[in-house]
Amino acid sequence: MRPRRISMPAVAKRGDIVEIRTVLLHPMITGHTASGANTMPRQIVHTFEARYDGETIFRAEILPGIAANPYLGFTTVATRTGDITFTWIEDGGARTVEQRRLTVEE
Amino acid sequence: MIRRLGLLLALVLTAPAAGLSQSADATRTSASAFLSGELRAEQEDDTRNRGLLWVDRGLDLWVRPDGARAVSCAACHGAADTMRGVATRYPAVDPASGDLLNLELRVNRCRVSHQGAERLADESEALLGLTALIAYQSRGLPVAVTIDGAQRRFFEAGRAFWHERQGQLNLACSQCHDDNVGRKLRGDTISSGLGTGYPAYRLEWDGLGSLGRRLRACQIGVRAASAPPAGPEQVALELYLAWRARGLPLESPAIRR
Repeated sequence: MRPRRISMPAVAKRGDIVEIRTVLLHPMITGHTASGANTMPRQIVHTFEARYDGETIFRAEILPGIAANPYLGFTTVATRTGDITFTWIEDGGARTVEQRRLTVEE
Repeated sequence: MIRRLGLLLALVLTAPAAGLSQSADATRTSASAFLSGELRAEQEDDTRNRGLLWVDRGLDLWVRPDGARAVSCAACHGAADTMRGVATRYPAVDPASGDLLNLELRVNRCRVSHQGAERLADESEALLGLTALIAYQSRGLPVAVTIDGAQRRFFEAGRAFWHERQGQLNLACSQCHDDNVGRKLRGDTISSGLGTGYPAYRLEWDGLGSLGRRLRACQIGVRAASAPPAGPEQVALELYLAWRARGLPLESPAIRR
């Protein structure tokens, strides 16, 4: 589990567009060096997914061109009160997972 | 030592009186002004500024008991926001030892003397976390270092260092950062050399780094032998930079290219 920051409102009105911003602390080692000698194996976060009450609302395939400490922002529509689960999956299979509650009011 | 002699010689031979009089006021622009609008927006938005990852880390460490005495920073100082304003006064002379300390040195001295802990390595994630946390508490507050009393001789040393030609390229700090502020050096804009954004998230580093690390990068740039990390010359220079930045708001953790 790597350090991360998630910014989103805790409460929204039904039908509101909710903006969610995430930052993960990760070196994103590309596996390529300037000299062309591949001395460090690739070690990047290759997948990010956000699920809202079990349903995928945002998914990204991340490639080695993305800089270290990737920032991802996206929006969703507040439909019902539930947990939003954020999952980053990196090379080697390690996962960073965080869950936030979004409370939806009428 | 050789460089110290060179310093004296350079002062005697070139006597940069013009540099002394013009420094500071005409050229005091935060490097934030030279960022693209996108990067400036990222810097000013805590939900996007990646430097905040280190502030979070610092907050974890702030409340964690450490060292032989098993006390946390918070046990003496209270909540981190009691540090508000502290970073505006650094570097500052430690009255007990008479040494000039920047935030990094101050944190480590506190660790050794009050926590009974090991000092944290320069540029370690833990030290950067704590200094970023402390500097962050003073975000937006004006730099307010003093250069009187015990600080005077350090200030003078820092000012001399600023005007000393160094390295194979034979350049003084002032030749770029007083005389050519805002002009281009290859793809980048020459800053006023104020340091108000540090510890800063630098894109070149893909992470947070101290002002000392940035200064060493400049010294490598002019192909000078760089001062040892946080040596007295470097901290004196940091004091001079802070004096140049007096009254300007602290911006740490800033985004820098």
